[in-house]
Amino acid sequence: MTEEGNPAPAPRSMFDRMRERLVPDGLPEDDRGRIRMVVNSLVLHLHPAKVPERTLRWTYSWGLGGLSAVLMMLLGVTGIILLNNYTPAVPQAYLDILELRSNVWFGELIRNLHHWSANLLIIVAVLHLVRVFLTGAYRPPRELNWLIGAGMLVLVLAANFTGYLLPWDQLAFWAITVGTSILSYVPLAGEWLSRLALGGPEVGGNTLLNFYSMHISFIPLLIFALMSYHFWRVRKDGGLTMPRGLDEAEPPISERVTTIPHLVRKELVFALAWIAALLVFAMLVPAPLEDIANPDVSPNPAKAPWYFLGLQELLLHFHPLVAGIILPGLAALAVFMLPFFDTNPASVGVYFRSRRGRSLTFLSAGLALVLTPLWVLLDEYLLNWSAWLPGWPALLSNGLIPLAVLLLPLFLLDEWLVRSFKADTEERVLFIAGFVFTAFLILTAVGIFFRGPGMGLYWPWELPVAGH
Amino acid sequence: MTESLPDRKPSRRDFLKLIWAVFGGAAAVEAAGIFIAYLQPRLAEGEFGSRITVGMVDDFPAGSVTHIPNGRLYLVRLPDGGFLAIYHRCTHLGCTVPWDQALGKFVCPCHNSQFDMPGNVENPPAPRALDLFQLTIENNEIKVDTGTVLQRQAFDETQVVYA
Repeated sequence: MTEEGNPAPAPRSMFDRMRERLVPDGLPEDDRGRIRMVVNSLVLHLHPAKVPERTLRWTYSWGLGGLSAVLMMLLGVTGIILLNNYTPAVPQAYLDILELRSNVWFGELIRNLHHWSANLLIIVAVLHLVRVFLTGAYRPPRELNWLIGAGMLVLVLAANFTGYLLPWDQLAFWAITVGTSILSYVPLAGEWLSRLALGGPEVGGNTLLNFYSMHISFIPLLIFALMSYHFWRVRKDGGLTMPRGLDEAEPPISERVTTIPHLVRKELVFALAWIAALLVFAMLVPAPLEDIANPDVSPNPAKAPWYFLGLQELLLHFHPLVAGIILPGLAALAVFMLPFFDTNPASVGVYFRSRRGRSLTFLSAGLALVLTPLWVLLDEYLLNWSAWLPGWPALLSNGLIPLAVLLLPLFLLDEWLVRSFKADTEERVLFIAGFVFTAFLILTAVGIFFRGPGMGLYWPWELPVAGH
Repeated sequence: MTESLPDRKPSRRDFLKLIWAVFGGAAAVEAAGIFIAYLQPRLAEGEFGSRITVGMVDDFPAGSVTHIPNGRLYLVRLPDGGFLAIYHRCTHLGCTVPWDQALGKFVCPCHNSQFDMPGNVENPPAPRALDLFQLTIENNEIKVDTGTVLQRQAFDETQVVYA
């Protein structure tokens, strides 16, 4: 680059050139430089160069999507490390976990970190979905990203479920036995599907290998691809929805600030704080491990993983086709359809849409809070459909009829809202979703804290302590 | 060719598009079929699933229930002396159902389904009676074919085998 009249630059050493190429120049000092840095970076350019300051409010998004991504990264790293000390074979898998706990440097810590991150991810992903639901952020043009997100939630559950079997202890074996048996109730293809997933007539070595391969290759690859697309889509759809208070009529105009440092700094601090907290938690609380799997002895009680206990609770009350297939299928269909029939753009970004929406949500959640435990108790001690309808097929007497009896009041309440209060689509959606979601949370809590030996109802302090 | 009328003849391009779609679709179906076939269960021989000899008729007193772990079954001898080979897997969600001698019934630890000695449902959520295996008696020797699971709604006399 010598030009006429300019003195030739001093020749640089090879090490100078290496440093220039490999070590960044330091952070840019003006907004122009900051914008250039975002635009030119592979990772950072998932963000826009500038963001409206108002969307950075911590109390709007709660950082839940970002935390999910942090947990995915932690899971990827700890998962890869764990691969070096694991054999997907019976009984070696269990022996490897024992070895990992007692004889591998930091083995227990890595396992705990992986275990707790995976469990936290389920909670965070569900909360993220709830946040997006409550602020109406799934509405056009964000329909596709809502679907991608829901798909990722299913994959996260699948990743958790396949990972649950890998330690090959009693907890793993029976949770997977119960979980995969639900598959066999799929009409027509059920037995075939269940055999395909299990690789045989019952949970065994082939199941372990199937689940292992799904857990370490197919599912994480798919999640990574969808996650990248999800981020990109957020940007394409115009970033986060603009937060707005219940009393603000118009979407506010917000000042735009540069992504560096305003957004990136927050993200880094947030990620670091969570990683530190998880590390401390993983040091203090060991992941559970029970005795080696024994196909002859089901533990009492035998419970599915905690995130499926709401489903297992339903299975106690309904025929498996209703509890395992029809109800989850209807819920999945509702989630899928939501952004296509609840489309009002006016209330996007407002928690609960309006004051009335907020009251309706709390009303329905409160109703579910009272009615669900009541119904669990009634069904446990008083209702006995199959005895009252002798000779009826179990699918009717223990399935569709009680289901209809339960859904009827919800339907009537919905009608009442429409007739007496002229409730519109978005208010009815809030009401029904608030009821169903709260009811499911309570069923899950009942399954976790109130079910003991023989799946009878117990107080939490009467339950035998799980694990060792 | 300029107007796309509904009844115009397919152009060469339309035809080629159709051919691509048909063959592309066929290739996708084949690939999916290969993948599913590849995942089919591979069963080892001599494991659970073969015909096993359980013991002699006189080893089992009338009114007894004996667990045969390698056959995944209970050999039930009813009070009248008849035999049943009952699969130990709960018809609800697949837990192994233990025999409770004190209560005189099968009680599933997973969801509290209960079955009487011949396997009938006494308490749901189990949707049907415990499954059976085919049982034969040759020269006082009891043999059970664990390869085929026989599903039934409820117990009836024809299922019982006598020595």
